[in-house]
Amino acid sequence: MKNTALTQTHETLGAKMVPFAGFNMPVSYAGVNIEHETVRKAVGVFDVSHMGEFLIEGPKALELIQKVSSNDASKLTIGKAQYSCLPNESNGIVDDLIVYRIKEETYLLVVNASNIEKDWEHISKYNQGIGASMRDLSNDYSLLAIQGPKAVEAMQSLSNHDLAAIPFYNFIVGDFAGIEHVIISATGYTGSGGFEIYCKNSEVQQIWDKVLEAGADFGIQPIGLAARDTLRLEMGYCLYGNDIDDTTSPLEAGLGWVTKFTKDFVNAQALAKQKEEGVQRKLVAFEMNEKAIPRKGYTLLNPEGAEIGTVTSGTMAPSVGKGIGLGYVSIPEAKVGHTIQVQIRKKTVPATLVKLPFYKG
Amino acid sequence: MNIPSELKYTKDHEWVKIDGDIATVGITDFAQGELGDIVYVEVETVDETLEKEAVFGTVEAVKTVSDLFLPLTGEIIEFNESLEDEPEKVNTDPYGEGWMVKIKISNPGEVDALLSDAQYKEVVGA
Repeated sequence: MKNTALTQTHETLGAKMVPFAGFNMPVSYAGVNIEHETVRKAVGVFDVSHMGEFLIEGPKALELIQKVSSNDASKLTIGKAQYSCLPNESNGIVDDLIVYRIKEETYLLVVNASNIEKDWEHISKYNQGIGASMRDLSNDYSLLAIQGPKAVEAMQSLSNHDLAAIPFYNFIVGDFAGIEHVIISATGYTGSGGFEIYCKNSEVQQIWDKVLEAGADFGIQPIGLAARDTLRLEMGYCLYGNDIDDTTSPLEAGLGWVTKFTKDFVNAQALAKQKEEGVQRKLVAFEMNEKAIPRKGYTLLNPEGAEIGTVTSGTMAPSVGKGIGLGYVSIPEAKVGHTIQVQIRKKTVPATLVKLPFYKG
Repeated sequence: MNIPSELKYTKDHEWVKIDGDIATVGITDFAQGELGDIVYVEVETVDETLEKEAVFGTVEAVKTVSDLFLPLTGEIIEFNESLEDEPEKVNTDPYGEGWMVKIKISNPGEVDALLSDAQYKEVVGA
């Protein structure tokens, strides 16, 4: 199992460590509820260095990215980031990712830890006929997410750049916590605002320490993967391996907004046909009507008791105070406001289909 | 990790306090720590007589759900209903206010098979 550059630090802080995507990662420190609330109300810092980073460079870089990703990367100007998908050849998704345009001909792809090898092989396969320069930086780079409504104010003393001036899904390359040339990106997976900081492994300890020091007056706490999951699910953000995978299409998953048929990409024709004909099932969001918690794998039923789908993510939502979930259901049932049922052990518990996000701030 | 010497334990991380023919049952400090923040304790088997190791309820934490196994054959005579409003007591006081059920023991001979605190320490590697 791999460690991040901060594994020792997490253990010293008393974190509960779990294996995740081949890494020894902190799942919680003080407890998932308090960590969740810290991010919603103040600011928290996550070590998410397990994430993978690929650098795509050269005159063919954009051509390769356009071929393998579903969103339109030609819209990216330097300093902008974009959420996107890597479609596979059989109406599924290889991975979801963020594409950063660093320089004129330099792009950074940030991918899920569990998919680093699979993504690399997939992109390399399409690069054979294109010939962009590809580098896997995953083992050399660390990633900290500093998230919460107080993130900007708490971190401003660590940079000469005006952090409040970085719009959502924009980034700068600048100084942070005494380190030059780090990526300060106004992105995140929590819905509570803040930054993600990309730096070298050798730099991350200094940044982590200074982030905790600068944030102390603002109530900063280290946050584990458990709260990362409850925070993202309250926003309805997809998690690869749960809500999207090799068998779910971006259209079924509600990712039509990052699937741009104005350009050619892997499996574009089949997906365009699926869009035209309409999908058979759709990823929906639901809230439990009673005290109960849906979990991944539970069966979804219509009010008459017929099976209509499966839960892909579920949790108790700390900021909503209810059990919430995502799941695929067949199309006639997939309407906001509809009542469905969740099979929870021996009982069926009613739930209502809702519009995302679950947490409205 | 707190493992009181006056209690008996199971490999499923339950503790048992014997008082005559009545056993009080909860989950151990180790178990609550592994589960994390507990949000529901569901026991719908009050007044039922169940075999040792039968599922008598479930405990739902934010991130996970776990079955509760009966440590001794007997009738479930009481559920700690205060957990319906304050399930977090299982986290904060697992051996006290976080108790879960009381059982009327059917087969006192089963008590001898429960683990001592020393044996349970070995189970959790403490």
